[in-house]
Parts: sequence; structure tokens; C-alpha cells
Amino acid sequence: MLRIRRDLVDRIVEHARADHPDEACGVIAGPEGSDRPERFIPMVNAARSPTFYEFDSGDLFGLYKDMAARDEDPIVIYHSHTATEAYPSRTDIALASEPGAHYVLISTRETGNTEGPYELRSYRIVDGEVTEEEIEIFDLQNLGS
Amino acid sequence: MATEVRVPTILREFTGGEKAVTAEGPTLQAIIANLDANYPGIGGRLIDSSGLRRFVNVYLNDEDVRFLDGLNTAVTDRDAITILPAVAGG
Repeated sequence: MLRIRRDLVDRIVEHARADHPDEACGVIAGPEGSDRPERFIPMVNAARSPTFYEFDSGDLFGLYKDMAARDEDPIVIYHSHTATEAYPSRTDIALASEPGAHYVLISTRETGNTEGPYELRSYRIVDGEVTEEEIEIFDLQNLGS
Repeated sequence: MATEVRVPTILREFTGGEKAVTAEGPTLQAIIANLDANYPGIGGRLIDSSGLRRFVNVYLNDEDVRFLDGLNTAVTDRDAITILPAVAGG
């Protein structure tokens, strides 16, 4: 199961809407081994494409260097689908290389750049096998209770 | 004379879980051959018949080797090599 703060979900949605019709992508990092997504890091889709995303190679290096310096893992790796459902494509499955991460997909096909309902789902992708998982979204004011 | 090679999570199954290992060789190609000799199978995850795999990024220090000399990039024991799988999809 993915437990994630509502404000982080909101930022994924905002990013996906802003970049529609191109795919948006990014990471939410968190303390190593914690499974807690905390630091939102929107990435540039170097492919600038409605059907593909790829982190720029230099940005990728910087991201992993930063995470290593902060003792963080990529807890969530998110990207949008802009014309299809929020389910991993064959390419997503073939290229998934963080078995510990939650792969979050958001579909903006219904509403594009505008507000409205969206589809957001989370998966584990390990050795080519996709397992959907529940998402529990919690509000910040519940922290520390 | 050995160069540090930082190994991503997905390839640590080959290195007994180690995040960083060392390898010897004057070029990236030789480094990868030496890695594969010590950690059998890892080489095939980095290169295929046409060279460095499309969705594998290798950096010499902080520079993507694709912007250097690719597999022919010269390496010394003062360099650090970082391997990162692309974060990409459709």
C-alpha cells in the first residue's frame, strides 16, 4: 500500500495538468528504507512527448547524487498518461528499474489541463510483474497524532 | 589501481548487495569486462551487441559517457563511475 500526504498528491495532479498533453514525470524522495514519500521533485520530461517520458541524463545524475547525500530513496516515481488509462504500458513495465519504488500513474485524458476528476493509481513493478496497490491519502493535520 | 563503480539497486543482485565495487581497466569497455569477470552477468545488463544499452546511463565522474567517448572513454583510478538505469517509460 502507498501512504501519501494529500498535498503531495495535489502536486502530482498539478504537474500532470500543467504539462498535458505531454507526459509529466517526477520523483518523491523519502528517508532510506522508510517507505515515506516526503520531498517532491518534479522532473523535466526530456522526451517532451505525449507518449513517452524520460528523465534528462544530467538531471538523473543530479537527482541520485542529491538523494545519496540526503540518505534518501526514490519512494514514488510518477508519470502521467495523457490519452490512456493510468495503467503501466508495456514500455513502463520493461523499463521499470526501482523494485522498491511505488510507480504512480495519473491519467489526464478526461480533463487535460483543466480541473476535474482524474485517475491516479499506484503499482509495484518488479521483474516485469505489475501489482496494483491501494493508495491511502492522508491530510497533514493528522501528522503527529 | 582500481576505479570505483557505483552500482544501482537493480544491479546489486550481481554484487552481493554492494552499492559500490571496484574494477580495473584503462577504458570503460575494459572496466565493464573486468566487472563482468568478477560479477558474472552484470556486463550483459550494461551492453548489448550495439554497445551501451539505450536505457542505461553510465557517468564518468559527473559526465554521461555518451558525451565523452562512450565505451572508449579513458578511465583512471582517480575517476568514479556511476551506473544509473534510465527513468523512462511510455
